[in-house]
Amino acid sequence: MTSETASKILRTVPREKAFYFFTSIGNYTGVSASSLKEFVERINDVNVKSLEFHLYRGDFEKWIAEVLQDAELSGEVKRLQRFNFTGDTLRNQLGTTVSRRLKRLTSQLGPTRV
Amino acid sequence: MEGARGTLKLKNNALSLDVTDVEILRALQEDSRQTYMAIGKRLGIAHSTVYERIKKMEKQEVIKRYTAVIDAEKIGARNITALMSVYTDPKETEKVAERLAKSPEVLELYACLSEELLIMAKVFAASQDSLHAFIANSVAPLPGVLRIRTSIVTKKFKETQFLISNDSKGVHL
Repeated sequence: MTSETASKILRTVPREKAFYFFTSIGNYTGVSASSLKEFVERINDVNVKSLEFHLYRGDFEKWIAEVLQDAELSGEVKRLQRFNFTGDTLRNQLGTTVSRRLKRLTSQLGPTRV
Repeated sequence: MEGARGTLKLKNNALSLDVTDVEILRALQEDSRQTYMAIGKRLGIAHSTVYERIKKMEKQEVIKRYTAVIDAEKIGARNITALMSVYTDPKETEKVAERLAKSPEVLELYACLSEELLIMAKVFAASQDSLHAFIANSVAPLPGVLRIRTSIVTKKFKETQFLISNDSKGVHL
């Protein structure tokens, strides 16, 4: 993977493309994420019902693929559905999967220019 | 013709209606397709009086429009009606409401004062998925929206418009 690709996946997207966390149809928690980094942070503190709602609707994999354009992470998140995780187990598994990918992408960026 | 019973007058920027005007409006609210003759007969006045007063109230936009009330269930529509409460930053409430008012999915829209200022809207969608897509893509991203609570209507027990009445205290619900 090139640093350009990693940079693209890690970018901050405009407000209208952000991920908005709901707990059920039409019930918005007030929590959103505009980048992969923010997404990891939100996974740790959003109502776990929201994680269950979006994972099993396929909303996470869709946003990661279509907005962040990270097909690899999208596939990994989709695979989590098979295990029927709920509650904090789901939070931990999803958090680990996305954090690992974030770390890998960040390491692709190369040295930070000052 | 308008003399003793009075006519449409401006009072504190509101149009003042007399008893006959109000009775005509009530008759129209019950059935706006009835003839001037039928209304006149019911109220004991000439059909020409009914005609003139209706035309005047249309001109003054007291009568805004005539419409058909459709029973969506009878035409097989499987649509969803939901009541949505949008909690906003008070500084942004007006702008959020203005944006929502432009959405065809929003049938009715109100700013309300509860424990905190919020916007309430009656929303119409083809399915639960399209309702969610509308709220996720067009409501949640609006600047100033703090959180949203939505209830899907499962059964309608009553839906009507207010009927006006008139007594010594004036025109009221």
